[in-house]
Amino acid sequence: MAKVKGAIEVDIERCKGCEVCISACPSNVLAMSKGVNTKGYPYSYMLNPDACIGCASCGYICPDGCIRVYKIKI
Amino acid sequence: MSNPIINPKNLVYEKSSVLLDNTMHYCPGCSHGTVHRIVAEVIEEMNMQDKTIGCAPVGCAVFIYNYINVDFAECAHGRAPALATAIKRLNPDHLVFTYQGDGDLAAIGTGETIHACNRGENITIIFINNGIYGMTGGQMAPTTLVGMKSSTCPYGRDVQLNGYPLNITPLLAQLEGTCYVTRQSVHTANNVKKTKKAIRKAFENSMVGKGTSVVEVVSSCNSGWKMSPVKANTWMEENMLKAYPLGDLKDK
Ligand code: SF4
Ligand code: SF4
Repeated sequence: MAKVKGAIEVDIERCKGCEVCISACPSNVLAMSKGVNTKGYPYSYMLNPDACIGCASCGYICPDGCIRVYKIKI
Repeated sequence: MSNPIINPKNLVYEKSSVLLDNTMHYCPGCSHGTVHRIVAEVIEEMNMQDKTIGCAPVGCAVFIYNYINVDFAECAHGRAPALATAIKRLNPDHLVFTYQGDGDLAAIGTGETIHACNRGENITIIFINNGIYGMTGGQMAPTTLVGMKSSTCPYGRDVQLNGYPLNITPLLAQLEGTCYVTRQSVHTANNVKKTKKAIRKAFENSMVGKGTSVVEVVSSCNSGWKMSPVKANTWMEENMLKAYPLGDLKDK
């Protein structure tokens, strides 16, 4: 069975720290930053990048379209 | 930060370019943003960006024209289906849709909504039902649930005093003029995909002259409900979806 691995990029300045991407991720990849963006929001980032499967659930759920999702077969 | 997977050739998802880069004014986690995003995706996938005219509501989504890069008409409160009727009749080759909240569609605009659907205008009505007047401070709306608190029913909606929630979508499904009436949500990735499919189908129906399509999206207003966005999605699933169950109500 082909295995897949993913990665995401978050548009930090666009992110509002709503955390719905964290709850949508089936692999517990995401977490909120300790720091904030220029609007004062914490932003989502990959705390466990190795666990990402590139399913794009985070991208589909993000209300602000902040997330780019990448995927490769390994 | 040099993750080798992050390379344009491996891209599987990014927001549509039809959704502008302007930061949306919506509260963090608001369902409006999600629905705007998928409307933009569908318009891009149908290659209709130059031939779409949206009818904006009064309510939180009043600034939708700042976010989705197509032509828009700003409608008086509740009148979007009437304006969309005229726009579609004058521009039959254009994709015309309204985007309305529950106050706009099911209170002040009830008449326009019912009559446009009954005439079978070839438009799509996107109906955001979050059970509250979000923009003006979380007042009770026609769709506020029994017992649900709002700023004008702080002890919860009382049927004796306030009447019953108006479940308007099944009413619209009964009208001859509607061809597709569905109720969806955007609180999980799977539901987002289903809502996107529903919007695509509705838009396609309007372009082949099948009549009016209504896509209700049961939504959350976490600020108005005074919950975190994630909690609001859970509350919505446990409460709103009981009163407003998901699924197609009509598909002809
Ligand atoms: S692509 Fe899937 S696995 Fe990766 S962060 Fe997003 S939701 Fe999690
Ligand atoms: S869903 Fe989008 S806006 Fe919300 S925290 Fe995640 S990336 Fe940020």
